[in-house]
Amino acid sequence: MTPQLYVPTVPARPGDTPDFSYVQVSAAGEIARPSPAATVAETASLAETLIRVLDESGQACGPWNPGLDPDQLRKGLELMLRTRIFDDSMQRRQRQGKITFYMRSYGEEAVSVAAAMALLADDMLFPSYRNQGLFLTRGVSLVDLMCQLLSNTRDMCKGRQLPVMYHSGERKIFSISGNLATQFPQAVGWAMAAAIKGELNVAAAWMGEGSAAEADFHHALLFAKVYRAPVILNVVNNQWAISTFQGYAGGEQRSFAARGPGVGVAGLRVDGNDFLAVYAATAWAAERARAGHGATLIEWVTYRAGAHSTSDDPTRYRPREEFSQWPLGDPVDRLKRHLCALGHWDEKAHQELIHSLEEEVAGAWRDAIAYGSLSEGVRLDPHLMFTDVYKDIPPHLQAQSAALAKELREISAETGVRSP
Amino acid sequence: MSDPATKGMSMIQALNSALDVMLARDSTVVALGEDVGYFGGVFRVTEGLQRKYGTHRVLDTPIAEGGIIGAAIGMAVNGLRPVAEIQFADYIYPAYDQIVSELARLRYRSGGAYTAPVTIRTPCGGGIRGGQTHSQSPEGVFAHVSGLQTVMPSNPYDAKGLLIAAIESDDPVIFFEPKRLYNGPFDGDPQQPATSWADHPLAEVPEGYYSVPIGQAAIRKAGEALTVVTYGTMVHVCLAAAAHTGIDAEIIDLRSMVPLDMDTIATSVEKTGRCLIAHEATRFAGFGAELSASIQERCFWSLEAPIVRVAGWDTPYPHAFEWEYFPGKVRVARALQELAQTVS
Repeated sequence: MTPQLYVPTVPARPGDTPDFSYVQVSAAGEIARPSPAATVAETASLAETLIRVLDESGQACGPWNPGLDPDQLRKGLELMLRTRIFDDSMQRRQRQGKITFYMRSYGEEAVSVAAAMALLADDMLFPSYRNQGLFLTRGVSLVDLMCQLLSNTRDMCKGRQLPVMYHSGERKIFSISGNLATQFPQAVGWAMAAAIKGELNVAAAWMGEGSAAEADFHHALLFAKVYRAPVILNVVNNQWAISTFQGYAGGEQRSFAARGPGVGVAGLRVDGNDFLAVYAATAWAAERARAGHGATLIEWVTYRAGAHSTSDDPTRYRPREEFSQWPLGDPVDRLKRHLCALGHWDEKAHQELIHSLEEEVAGAWRDAIAYGSLSEGVRLDPHLMFTDVYKDIPPHLQAQSAALAKELREISAETGVRSP
Repeated sequence: MSDPATKGMSMIQALNSALDVMLARDSTVVALGEDVGYFGGVFRVTEGLQRKYGTHRVLDTPIAEGGIIGAAIGMAVNGLRPVAEIQFADYIYPAYDQIVSELARLRYRSGGAYTAPVTIRTPCGGGIRGGQTHSQSPEGVFAHVSGLQTVMPSNPYDAKGLLIAAIESDDPVIFFEPKRLYNGPFDGDPQQPATSWADHPLAEVPEGYYSVPIGQAAIRKAGEALTVVTYGTMVHVCLAAAAHTGIDAEIIDLRSMVPLDMDTIATSVEKTGRCLIAHEATRFAGFGAELSASIQERCFWSLEAPIVRVAGWDTPYPHAFEWEYFPGKVRVARALQELAQTVS
């Protein structure tokens, strides 16, 4: 016997039948819910099973049922639908050339919406680039998000960032980085500061499972363990990192959640398409953190139903019909079924909601586009490029700003048009 | 076209061909990186290679740049010749410690007992609306590190020949690929439709093995009035700006930053007496600063005017102001005109 280089097995490629037999699924309601004050050892099994509340028929089952009232459930459904309709609309705008780039969160809306609902308004969020539901749940307006996508005169990032790299200082959502995993140790540091200051707010950070390969993931987990930081570290396991299957991030035969207990942090593996389970697990971790019992690593098992981004074509590397075979279904459909089963929702109300959200998104777009875009209408002053590099503009950047002004005057004198 | 052994290739195809040739020629060559295997890379540079050479020669990796380079070093120490891809140069920094503290110095610190012939391919530069995390040109921070060779081709012919030379080199190479040039030359005017490499003389690429030596610059256009020293995308911008102004510029495409072909530069500057340096990266402490100092030291008595640098502004690369940031045809043309008119 000699060692053979092992290469992770991808269950299905284009043309193959989708195969999700590798996804370990527990029955809804079967997993016990320990006290949020439990030791890491007492929570160890939660990292290997799958916490679920909603069963196939739409019933909420078991000890993790958060017992939300109908208004909260309808609010959750509306926020997930708003996220999805916003995503679909912005993807179309990208295809029309109105924005340069877009990333949808299709199929994983519950991961953001239910978590943001379960946390307190003063808890600090460190999102990845597929967490638009956090922004919408915290009440950041569609117009503000769209203006960022348009890099227009009302862009919160002043034209500096790629579309979807939002932030909200007011709503306590950190600036999204295009670089992966960097926000994880930063969230731990934020939480350490809260503990140093004796404040009760917790921090929460999100990343995709692919990013869990980065060193920053491990730094975060270790610092969270060492200082018992009040932080929730969320790994959104949507199976795919662009073309790379989750097995290449270490997900074969071992959950991502299990890395928590491995380091000494509680780890939960949760059905990320089950709105109630997302809410309940986030609330459990927040209660644990706020009470001084330390951090939780949560793996949300979900599926990236869309492309990685508008630059990606997933039909080149996975079966087209995979999402239809995904064993955990669609988070919107599942919450809808639950609300209908309770008698608090019906198809007519659902279609009316979709229609009104489509109107809302279309109206917001009309408002946002009035502030310009990269290709038409008013534009940001290019000299904004030189601000915020430092608090004050240093002399060499003042000189470069003046040189750019001269260059732009020459271009407009030569061509009769504004700068390219 | 008459030579059956050559073929019109884009830069992507030329790089793919270089990897194909070397994977076939040398069983120790392996390629690894994020999305490079089954998918063939987000820019398609490694397309078809895993199918042809198998999953032990062309490896998909976890998203961990530090891990990719650390593992590549280990493979190289154990006799392989890894070609590692970092998906965007903007994402290379998690590997910076492995590159600077390890890869660059392994031969030195072990007295030659250990070496790591690793090639690191990475797309760089702007012009694709990539914003501050998909547009950077960090060649300066690698050129500054002793022990690394730093390369950036400007056309398909050089891309293939230099990549083969890099893979064959016994010292590490940071191989920057200007992504704006992947599918065609770019003269710096975003208003013009994109051009392809078709019919470009430097896109006529031998299908088989050849190499372009690391450390040799190429004169893209001979001239008498002044010297332009540049590389990557800016080669094409400078050619366009010179044509636009009618100034008889001699345009040098460095191709390699380290080692630097000072003889070609000095011969030209001593002839013309004037020198403009152009790069897309930020100006302050950029690679142009080294060029300017070296040219001044060697050619001071021949210079008739101060050396001029044209570069990106000293800010992060802004999404909305890409073309105000990019040192395009207008900025280069104005600098050429001012330099040509400067009276000593």
